[in-house]
Amino acid sequence: MSDPSPILRISALTKTFDDFTALHGIDLDVAEGEFLAIVGPSGSGKTTLIRLLVGMDDPTEGAIWLRDQRIDVIPANKRPTCMVFQSLALFPHRTVGQNIEFPLKLRGVAAKARKERALELLDLLRLPRDYYSKRIQQCSGGEKQRVALARALAFDPEILFFDEPLSALDYRLRKTLEKELKDLHRRTGKTFIYITHSLEEAMVMSDRIAIMRAGRFEQIAPAEEIYARPVSPFVAEFMGEVNFLSLAGGAVAGAELSPAAQAALAGQSGTLVIRPESLRLAPEAAGLILTGTVAAEYLLGSRVQYRIDSPAGELTVEVLREDAVAGVGAPVSLGCDISAVHVIAEAEDAAA
Amino acid sequence: MRQRERQLGALYALPLSVFLGLTFLAPILLVAGFSMMPEKVFELAHMPDFSAYRTVLAQGYWKSVAWSLVLAALATLILLVICWPLAYAMAKVFKRFTLVLTIGVVMTLFVSENIRLFGWVLTLMKGGLVEGYVRHWTGLGFDAPLYNVPVIVFGLVYVYLPFMLFPLAQGISMVPDDARQAAYDLGATRWQILREIELPLAMPGIMVGSLLTFVLAAGAMAESKLLGGRAVITIADEVQTAFTYGQNWPLGSALAMVLIAIIGTLAIWAISKADLDAMMGRKS
Repeated sequence: MSDPSPILRISALTKTFDDFTALHGIDLDVAEGEFLAIVGPSGSGKTTLIRLLVGMDDPTEGAIWLRDQRIDVIPANKRPTCMVFQSLALFPHRTVGQNIEFPLKLRGVAAKARKERALELLDLLRLPRDYYSKRIQQCSGGEKQRVALARALAFDPEILFFDEPLSALDYRLRKTLEKELKDLHRRTGKTFIYITHSLEEAMVMSDRIAIMRAGRFEQIAPAEEIYARPVSPFVAEFMGEVNFLSLAGGAVAGAELSPAAQAALAGQSGTLVIRPESLRLAPEAAGLILTGTVAAEYLLGSRVQYRIDSPAGELTVEVLREDAVAGVGAPVSLGCDISAVHVIAEAEDAAA
Repeated sequence: MRQRERQLGALYALPLSVFLGLTFLAPILLVAGFSMMPEKVFELAHMPDFSAYRTVLAQGYWKSVAWSLVLAALATLILLVICWPLAYAMAKVFKRFTLVLTIGVVMTLFVSENIRLFGWVLTLMKGGLVEGYVRHWTGLGFDAPLYNVPVIVFGLVYVYLPFMLFPLAQGISMVPDDARQAAYDLGATRWQILREIELPLAMPGIMVGSLLTFVLAAGAMAESKLLGGRAVITIADEVQTAFTYGQNWPLGSALAMVLIAIIGTLAIWAISKADLDAMMGRKS
């Protein structure tokens, strides 16, 4: 956020529909060449945000700057940005080549130069050159995706926006395209802003993730940081399975603390966040020790997940298969290093 | 299995095929037969005899054919221009109001065309609704704007508006909103969106609407007779005259065959261009 010259700066952006506020004066800086994912559940305002960014809607208040140009007052067709639509929005009456050349044709680029560029883009997206004269209807889902990308790149935008373009594809194709997209980002060096409800997608591809909730950014940080140090229980839960323990005046209800852990947590109140894989079964020595009985057992391939009833509440634990314990009903003790524990302080918790 | 499906298909199509054969094909064949009889007589003895076609060529009937085609083309063009915004609004902008508009436009079809055209004559004629009141209030009279070519075109536009409006609205509703938005996002101006996206994607509707209005207008005569006062004679008018006053069925039939040939060619060309499957919602 302290980037000296962001390519995109959003300041105090607000969007109100009748009696509903979709965006509450949000701020964001995006660095040149960054891959930023904006993630949030449906209704969090991410679609509204991207509509404002590309110019399909006008903000109620606030401003959007692209370098030193204010773009929220410019109509969408005059903005140097473009978007890959969720539906891809390819032109069904045009060939693959004509689709890719469309933005160039609008600018009056000569037919020969247009075709040259279109073929280059087909190469860049690893589509065979003879796709140039194919009809859109003859392309598979993944190929259409690449054509849409090629068309957006032909526009040569300052920033390329993506509105969940992979959400309609099957799992394996999505995984392949995620990697290709990340690779494409590296090779083109463009700034990508990617909207998705899938955190998994965001984690694979992006440099930073902005998590949205109810029209605000909850946390903007690289994936590892959000995972390890979520600012709120909402973010922690959004990032995958998690255990919450309540911390009051340095003491954790239902848990035993080692002297070192007591020192680390002394005087703090709030919520303790522990990931399921940070908990160990039958620990010899640990900063934080809990006890309970196994309530349920789920096999997850190489790992086993347990649901455990304990005085501190229901806990989720994930261990390697070889560390598995006797099944449901067995009493267990659990432990976790104090370094794997993250504290969400009371104030932040209340704000969330 | 395939064989059986084909047989069943033919069987299902049989009733409609018979109906079309009797009501569509048979009259055309009958007219074609009449057109090859010697003129002014009813006899099968000297068939085929092409004297009626010679008369068509020799007597300057091409003028009536030309007028019919020109008037129909003008009416179709004008209808395209006026109906596009209205159809666009019906397909994309108006919501509940579209139904009101549809009912309003369809209602006019419940009244016979001749009566509606006479209504316009009463409105526009000297001493009629418009001129009469203007003269009453201002003392200044003027000639009725009737009995000329523009008023015939106006009549055609007025009568055939529904036949352009509804197919056009259907065609425009086939243009996906996201394609329009994507084009705009990629830098297209409104005109470029119209030319590059909307017109080509709405083409089936444009074709069907233009075809319907053109074919109907090319075969029209009430407008030129009632509003135009025969300022120009259309080919349909000539056909009617030949069959009635002229009592020359072969000539009437020959004229009709010429019109059918011209319009049929046009229609087949246009239909081959328009993707009717897409229009009916069956994606190819």
